[in-house]
Amino acid sequence: MSTEPPFLQVEGLAKSYSGAAEPVFDGVNFGIAKGEFVCIIGHSGCGKTTILNALAGLEQASAGHVFMDGREVAGPSLERGVVFQGHALMPWLTVRKNIAFAVRSKWPDWTAAQVDAQVEKYVALVGLGHAIDKKPAQLSGGMKQRVGIARAFAIEPKMLLLDEPFGALDALTRGTIQDELLRICAETHQTVFMITHDVDEAILLADTVLLMSNGPRARVAEIVRNPLPRARQRATLHHEPLFYAVRNHLVDFLVSRSKTLAHGQAPTHPPEVRPGLDPEPAQPAGPTHGTLHRVA
Amino acid sequence: MTTPPALRWRAALLSALLFALLIGIWQLATSGAPPAAAKPMTAEEIEYAKLLGKDPAAGGEGAKSGFPTPAQFALGALKHLGQPFYDNGPNDKGIGLQLAYSLGRVGLGFALAALVAVPLGFLIGMSPLVYRALDPFIQVLKPISPLAWMPLALYTIKDSSLSGIFVIFICSVWPMLLNTAFGVAGVRREWLNVAKTLEVRPLRKAFEVILPAAAPTILTGMRISMGIAWLVIVAAEMLVGGTGIGYFVWNEWNNLSLSNVLFAILMIGLVGMALDAAFGRLQKAVTYVD
Repeated sequence: MSTEPPFLQVEGLAKSYSGAAEPVFDGVNFGIAKGEFVCIIGHSGCGKTTILNALAGLEQASAGHVFMDGREVAGPSLERGVVFQGHALMPWLTVRKNIAFAVRSKWPDWTAAQVDAQVEKYVALVGLGHAIDKKPAQLSGGMKQRVGIARAFAIEPKMLLLDEPFGALDALTRGTIQDELLRICAETHQTVFMITHDVDEAILLADTVLLMSNGPRARVAEIVRNPLPRARQRATLHHEPLFYAVRNHLVDFLVSRSKTLAHGQAPTHPPEVRPGLDPEPAQPAGPTHGTLHRVA
Repeated sequence: MTTPPALRWRAALLSALLFALLIGIWQLATSGAPPAAAKPMTAEEIEYAKLLGKDPAAGGEGAKSGFPTPAQFALGALKHLGQPFYDNGPNDKGIGLQLAYSLGRVGLGFALAALVAVPLGFLIGMSPLVYRALDPFIQVLKPISPLAWMPLALYTIKDSSLSGIFVIFICSVWPMLLNTAFGVAGVRREWLNVAKTLEVRPLRKAFEVILPAAAPTILTGMRISMGIAWLVIVAAEMLVGGTGIGYFVWNEWNNLSLSNVLFAILMIGLVGMALDAAFGRLQKAVTYVD
């Protein structure tokens, strides 16, 4: 670890609700480097969405700080684009106007022609040029989510936050949009923080996978550096020599270790792990290899 | 909603049959016994009639004040429709003119109500505090018959026409207020979050996110308000007099011209239908498919 603070720094983040004996999560610490793609995985209820909302500035954490680019995140900002779980498109606007709404928010002084050019560029980027003047209700679920992604990219944020953007999509659509996201991120060197429940999705997209222990008092228990080369392909991913080492490590964590690390048993400063390259920590052996696809 | 053409034709046919049946019953009920005027008058009666300036030879004067037959009604209606905008002084104006007066009052009162109700509804919908603070007032004021305000309005405003407008205002304000508040409070959190992450200014958020999101609900409130306003204007104008379709009805009742009263009733119904259809159109225009 270098001494210079990373692009995004999360320090001692915690969230508790009044009436609950234990906080949902506490002592959450991690950093994200510029241009890094980070996925966070954990069981439902461990507070992933709350962490994302805190990064977005939409929700106030009970304790702890988030710094981006050396400044504390105090509220929502155009520097952080968010792709919401539901696409959150405005149904009374066409695709063009939905994205133009975001573009005009970022650059209020732009002329209509400039706005339109920006809109068309990003709509083309997600391959929806033919549907640009349609209303969201006329689009399929996958297309709507693509528009949501285009809207987030169109404001050229310093950081992109995705809250399980493909959760509601079928496997085929999910695959094609994953490919698109991978391509766009490679082109734009976008810094991304994404919530997912899909282990394979995390391995395909992420440079770093944050593993969260179960709540209450959930924590980021481990920082997994993806040892697979960055130019990953969905079709050939499972042929990569280290693929199963990473996958088994993630699945083992979710199936067995995440439970034992609940109630604040996880370290506040999580260790970095490189599955397949580092020696595996001792863990209970189970017949989980390659059988689990999604953990919800 | 689309109806298959066959069903539409059958419904239209049935409507036409019902209409014919109604006219038939009307005709039968009114063309029965001739008025009692057939009885010959005595010499004294003839003299009395002459003293009153009536021509006893013409006779049949009484028949005019009875319930008209469909044919008489149609004749009267045609006369009105042929000359809707004449103005022969305070008690003799064309039906179109009277309707225009009523519509003007309704429009003005309704517009004022919208100017108050929509911004206030926004406030109530966005702030739970304001909602709770104003709720008791709204709950008490809402069920009051708008006409009950009339004496107060007449006393304070001291103008019968303006009092009519006030009554329209007070009756149309509630449905709009409540529906606006309901629509604004129901705007999806995710759309507001989108606006937040895009650092959209409050005014722009109100006009470009909340207003279109709540527009269908607001328009529903407006449609209800307009319906009530059109119901109330007739009663209000009967009270304040002077001009308007309500006054026309009352005046024709005093003239014992049931034919004109009937015609006015029909016009009130048709205009009300047109108003509702117009708002239905508007509602459709702002409704979005989610």
